[in-house]
Amino acid sequence: MAKAELMDFDEAIEKYEVVIGLEVHVELNTNTKMFCGCANEFGEQPNTNVCPVCLGLPGALPVVNGKAVEYSIAIGLALNCSIAGDGRFARKNYFYPDLSKNFQTSQYDEPIAYEGQLEVPVASGKVYNVAIERAHMEEDAGKLSHVGGVGRIQGAEYSLVDFNRAGVPLVEIVTKPIFDSGAEAPELASAYVRQIREIVKAMDVSDARMERGNVRCDANVSLRPKGQQRLGTRTETKNVNSLRSVENAVRYEIQRQAAILAAGDEITQETRHWHEDKKYTSAGRPKSDADDYRYFPEPDLVPVQPTEELIEEIRTRLPENPASRRARLQQEWSLSDNEFRDIVNSDLLDEVDSTVSLGVSAQSAKKWWTGEIARIANLEGKEITELSVTPEDVAEIEKMISAGKLNDRLAREALSGVIAGEGSVAEVVSARGLEVVSDDGALTAAVDKALAEQPDVLEKIRAGKEQAAGAIIGSVMKEMRGQADAGRVRELILERAKS
Amino acid sequence: MSGLHKKPSSELAQMLRSGEVTSVQLTELFLDRAEKLNPLTNSFLKINRQTALEQAKHADELIQAGKAPSVLTGVPIAVKDNLTTTDAITTAGSKILENYLPQYDSTVVSKLRAAAMPILGKTNLDEFAMGSSTEFSAYGPSKNPWDLERIPGGSGGGSSSAVSGFLAPIAIGSDTGGSIRFPAAATGSVGAKPTYGAVSRYGLIALASSLDQVGPVTNDVLDAALLQDVIAGHDPMDSTSLVDSLGQMADFASKTDVKGLRVGVIKQLASDGFQPGVKARFDESIQLLIDAGAEIVEVDCPSFEYAVSAYYLILPAEASSNLARFDAVRFGQRVLPEGNPTIERVMAATREAGFGPEVKRRIILGTYALSSGYYDAYYGSAQKVRTLIQQDFAKAFASADVLISPTAPTTAFKFGEKLDDPLAMYLNDVATIPANLAGIPGISVPNGLAENDLPSGLQILAAAQNDGVMYSAAAGIEKLQNDQWGKRMIDFAPELEVN
Repeated sequence: MAKAELMDFDEAIEKYEVVIGLEVHVELNTNTKMFCGCANEFGEQPNTNVCPVCLGLPGALPVVNGKAVEYSIAIGLALNCSIAGDGRFARKNYFYPDLSKNFQTSQYDEPIAYEGQLEVPVASGKVYNVAIERAHMEEDAGKLSHVGGVGRIQGAEYSLVDFNRAGVPLVEIVTKPIFDSGAEAPELASAYVRQIREIVKAMDVSDARMERGNVRCDANVSLRPKGQQRLGTRTETKNVNSLRSVENAVRYEIQRQAAILAAGDEITQETRHWHEDKKYTSAGRPKSDADDYRYFPEPDLVPVQPTEELIEEIRTRLPENPASRRARLQQEWSLSDNEFRDIVNSDLLDEVDSTVSLGVSAQSAKKWWTGEIARIANLEGKEITELSVTPEDVAEIEKMISAGKLNDRLAREALSGVIAGEGSVAEVVSARGLEVVSDDGALTAAVDKALAEQPDVLEKIRAGKEQAAGAIIGSVMKEMRGQADAGRVRELILERAKS
Repeated sequence: MSGLHKKPSSELAQMLRSGEVTSVQLTELFLDRAEKLNPLTNSFLKINRQTALEQAKHADELIQAGKAPSVLTGVPIAVKDNLTTTDAITTAGSKILENYLPQYDSTVVSKLRAAAMPILGKTNLDEFAMGSSTEFSAYGPSKNPWDLERIPGGSGGGSSSAVSGFLAPIAIGSDTGGSIRFPAAATGSVGAKPTYGAVSRYGLIALASSLDQVGPVTNDVLDAALLQDVIAGHDPMDSTSLVDSLGQMADFASKTDVKGLRVGVIKQLASDGFQPGVKARFDESIQLLIDAGAEIVEVDCPSFEYAVSAYYLILPAEASSNLARFDAVRFGQRVLPEGNPTIERVMAATREAGFGPEVKRRIILGTYALSSGYYDAYYGSAQKVRTLIQQDFAKAFASADVLISPTAPTTAFKFGEKLDDPLAMYLNDVATIPANLAGIPGISVPNGLAENDLPSGLQILAAAQNDGVMYSAAAGIEKLQNDQWGKRMIDFAPELEVN
């Protein structure tokens, strides 16, 4: 499918009012699945984390995971929602081979959390108050792989289904329509998703890794001519799996829909798929508001009735909300807006915070995470969270630098060893022989050798030009493969020059 | 040991304990009878000689070691084929599960194994328990031992014919709208549907989740109480399972005094529409109760008028969803269509070939009833009727300890009599359905011979969780009947002979 005609973004914003609505699915990191005792784990051998319940075998019955309910309540509270004292599950009926029972157990008219709001700041400094319609619990489906052809369902020879993901607990968070964001709509969409991610990560209710689908966004976009009351026809772009994609996809849909409307044509109500590689959306299946899922209350489950005590207890355990946490940390760390934004935009707030709490200065922690570590991640085409380096490692390196055991270059080498999976900082330093040499015997020999080779420099030093010692230090460092303690080398050179 | 096969399980249990007979002997006796007589009655879909004898041997060892885990240890039992068993194919009477061997035991079967009750085999039923005659079994109907030209009731006609033909001393049934009670009435045996939630549904292949309940089919009331004690109890795998114990039913069943018992006669189930002989036996039963000192009160349940209609909306709605999992993807039959076998076409071909006419009828009814735009009128209204029926019962139980009615409008009818008239078949359950809609316990006890010397049944209902009250009343009424007729009603059944 080819890319569509697009209208210039600014022109589109000029002509049309943008309305967006966001549905974010958060995969909870409970130990077990939503309705059975199977491990909630990613990347196992296919169909190993399965049982009669999540396979939908005859006679099997669901039992609600209490932990998942608590996590969902926590999400609801963090989004300033009301929590339902009595919530039922419903069955959403449709046939699809990744859906073991051919119905999804979900919440329909009685979500666990409803009517909330979230303040979302964007770069301009404006803070949007995004109204949350609901957050409800549901289960994930299995995963299909299409074999043969191009890996899509069309043209595949056969398809395989893995039910490890079937029954994994999800919370779906749905916003009310957002009307007033205009040109900031794409940025707001991505900032909103980022904030949801931060919240669920801070509460440790989800691993929150978009690249693994822990957080997935469906973006609804519609346009209407300015001044028109009636909402335009919307499209729903599915499963946009990175923050950048959220922004790009919303921007693309605005431009695409504007071009269609400007040509006097109508928008087709449909789901669309975002192609991050080529930066466009393509048509999925037509979607009408009357998709008939034949919802009815799930008769195999009793209503979820969290007590006031439980809700209040969860409320007291809620972590600080991300916006005030950011404000607090920036102040504590004495970083400029630009420096702090560097950390936030690289999504490294948690890493830097943890590193600082281990005694490292904010500047140093920032330097390591947004500098060398980000560089290596970029080089390897990975997310920083995928690298095997921890705040503890960074703190250890800083400690060794302060103790004079590592210099900057050696520290970078130690870090790359840790990232390469060679072990802890201490192990890498010892295995690679990285520790700074401050043993006078070895250093004196190297100094004497260098002075003998460069008698003219020795003369300069003796003549009072102490800065000339730099050349000798360089030679010694070279001789010692960079592992010499530069301070001690300088002292030794000056001692020798006096004798 | 002639006549052993006609003894109630309570007596067989005593003989096992005293060493007069072994479980292997008893199990062989019933296996021999089952193998000989099943060609006449088609009670069993599968007879498990080998595993039954192994289990009997195990039971004998336990008994001899003085470690019998249950009163009924060593008594062989027949199990309806909609309960999963890992050592026997479980078909639910459907072609779609032909040769399906479950991966897990239903909780009820696990409890029978824990009690060391040898399982003789799996009994016939209307496909997925949809029917009142077993004529909708994909494996041919079961026959009534009283008259092989007649139906043994349904859906549990396999269990009722096995018990009344003495192919098994005791059996398990399931009751969604009368599938234990009507077969008991039609065969002169006793059948009890416990309070909803008293017995786990885990591993019961679901017909209608909010109505299904597993229960005993037996020679007499004490046996039913003993068996309920074996299979009842909280199951963490079934969210709708009751947490608190309802007490020992056998203790209640040993209290047979009905003096002062307040017996409510349901006005709506005591007048029109009953076969004259059935009505006459019912009136006589009332007189027996009066003579024994019970207090008879008339109770008004106006909403019962709508019970059958509501039931035939709720049941198909839930069934249409419960049966969606039979899709050829993970288990069971897989039928390949002619031409391109896409998943939709494989699902359709399998369901077309695998489901029988009554199942298809109810799936279509249920799908329609849940459809958007019809939900409120059908499913929603039916749920309101359900609430009204519960209110009728609540009012009735304020003035009566138990309620009575004929179990069914007729005695066992002939094959084919109602097969082409679904409404006539559905109306057969008019007296039994309200108990399922309200979740209350009900039992059918034989109360004499009606037209063609066929047994009629008396239904006794108690308030939810008052199963004990029901068993006491039933045991009292049973004693009055036996005294009146000189022997147990089941003993009037003709001996089955193979020509």
